[in-house]
Amino acid sequence: MEVTVQGQMVHAATGGRAWNGDEPAVILVHGAGLDRTIWQLQTRNIAYMGRRAIAVDLPGHGRSGGALLATIEDIADWIPGFMDAAGIKTAKLIGHSMGALVTLEAAARHPSRVDKLCLMGVSEMMPVHPDLLDAAEKNQTLAPELIVYWGLGEKAKIGGHPHPGLWVHNASQTLLELSGEGVLFNDLSACNAYKGALEAAAKVKCETLFVLGKDDMMTPARKARSLADAIENSATILIERCGHMMMSERPNQVYDALKGFV
Amino acid sequence: MVEPKFAKFDTLALHAGQQPDPATGARAVPIYQTTSYVFDDTDHAASLYNLERPGHIYTRLSNPTTGVLEERVAALEGGVGAVATASGMAALFLAVATLMDKGGHIVSSGSLYGGSHNLFTYTLPRFGIETTFVNPRDPQAFKDAIRPETRLVFGETLGNPGIEVMNLPVIADIAHEAGLPFMIDATFTTPYLIKVFDHGVDLAMHSLTKFMGGHGTAIGGVIVDSGKFDWEGSDGRFPTLTEPYAGYHGLDFAEEFGTQAFVMRARAEGMKDFGACLSPANAFYILQGIETLPLRMQKHVSNAEAVAGFLDGHEAVEWVNYPSLKTHPDHELAKTLLPKGAGSILSFGIRGGRDAGRKFIESVCLASHLANIGDAKTLVIHPGSTTHQQMSAADLDAAGIGEGMIRLSVGIEDAGDIIDDLKQALRVSQKD
Repeated sequence: MEVTVQGQMVHAATGGRAWNGDEPAVILVHGAGLDRTIWQLQTRNIAYMGRRAIAVDLPGHGRSGGALLATIEDIADWIPGFMDAAGIKTAKLIGHSMGALVTLEAAARHPSRVDKLCLMGVSEMMPVHPDLLDAAEKNQTLAPELIVYWGLGEKAKIGGHPHPGLWVHNASQTLLELSGEGVLFNDLSACNAYKGALEAAAKVKCETLFVLGKDDMMTPARKARSLADAIENSATILIERCGHMMMSERPNQVYDALKGFV
Repeated sequence: MVEPKFAKFDTLALHAGQQPDPATGARAVPIYQTTSYVFDDTDHAASLYNLERPGHIYTRLSNPTTGVLEERVAALEGGVGAVATASGMAALFLAVATLMDKGGHIVSSGSLYGGSHNLFTYTLPRFGIETTFVNPRDPQAFKDAIRPETRLVFGETLGNPGIEVMNLPVIADIAHEAGLPFMIDATFTTPYLIKVFDHGVDLAMHSLTKFMGGHGTAIGGVIVDSGKFDWEGSDGRFPTLTEPYAGYHGLDFAEEFGTQAFVMRARAEGMKDFGACLSPANAFYILQGIETLPLRMQKHVSNAEAVAGFLDGHEAVEWVNYPSLKTHPDHELAKTLLPKGAGSILSFGIRGGRDAGRKFIESVCLASHLANIGDAKTLVIHPGSTTHQQMSAADLDAAGIGEGMIRLSVGIEDAGDIIDDLKQALRVSQKD
């Protein structure tokens, strides 16, 4: 799917299924340096559950044009414009990592557009290690390597993946390496600078699901507790033997978590 | 500065792709000798068939034992994923059929395994796919041979049986400038000696029958995807990957699977429709071999260097073709691309031509005369009368194969024993 937002082409995957006009919309927002394909199984699955699944490439990511948006707040404010362009009044929002901060902030700022919220791999703050930030600024391959090193759970680093033949380590690293120059640095800088998660959470009134990896080193599950406490109508699902890259690492458990949500 | 600490090659060769069996605790990879897998319910079945959830349906498509092998090879190569096949030839056909339709064209090194040469020369044209063969040492020839309908540039890390070292970064640049993927058969080198994706290669294939399995017990093949080729940026030349596929309700593989588009299509269409799947028992045997790949390759290389040195100085030997020798035309390139060694396949010419070659072949005792390479045991063959016998005299010349050429696959026996065997066979070959 391609739409125009603020004069720029925006691309999104829709799970390979034609929509019926009145189906509930589910928008999936990717994390730093990634694109729509990180949701490859979930997009198809949600679409074939009878929803309008929309895994968006944020501006400057994947196949979308446009300039990178520099702050979490800017990206959150971009979401309603994208929904307008796609003909969507309200939607369930699912965000992972940076995308979780974006969807949390969007739900706080634009509550009338958000039916439900799912925050995956999220924490109250997402400070970025200075070595990672430095490597990303220099577009060094060390940056994707560090993300994979910290982002994958210990078992996923050895493998035994349920998706036959897929080597999750390189699948994750290659996707990050192929992000355009400066994309990862922009996104990590946005995460590093963002301090508004608790304040945003206090404003969220919609039903919210937290999906967290028990072995997540990048956004430790315990650091999402304050956000869950701040949202009155929230629930948490903790996935065992799972790091930060949960959609790739534990797709069946993510499937179980999202089935009830969507 | 923090450093990511990932498992290294030797560790991955033993562990990648496997957790202890969750049902039994088995530490070794179990052989899942089953054709099919029970679904939880109809929704689960539908989601597996529709590529919404990961898992196994039927062993022609995937199998837990074979899946460990695929993941392990992908890890060793540094790819995003792999698909194992019944043989190396099945892997090559699967790759070609995934990339192109009738009307497609391949630019290939002319120095290829005889089976690959036959597929490209005689069989693929029946399906409307043509190949132009070029000298693997002539990058300009690759460039000149590319046509609007070209869909693949292909070669072998080390040519067969000429042992030419392909200049991977240079040929990769030529392919990429033309918007084409570069695929390499890395059977002779294995990822232990060279990780081809580090040199611009997009797709790698192996005959797992050879060094990877290493024991001459199981036939198998694999294709590995680097995930780095931009299918969507290639002006619609790869519709199998960038346009809706009616066989999966209009699935656009690049749109939905991104960097994994090639392996997903190869499995979803190729394994389903062509059906050249690897048996789980063979996957198990090959996995046993891969566990010792680093150790075996070190010994293969050190033995090959010793044998090459022996042959190089022998009065009954006219020439020796092995990249570690200074006399080899690609010696300097081999030092750059293959710093751990140039494998263990070498060829040489016996003084006395065809008759002397026949006597030599029939006189070896330790070395085995058979149509394989990459076994732990030393193997020997006369390509002109066996692996490459379908080629015309002109094609043989073009591929650098003379009538008297002997190809040796140096095993991991004691190097002195191998040399003693060759020494006595050479002596017999020179008798009237």
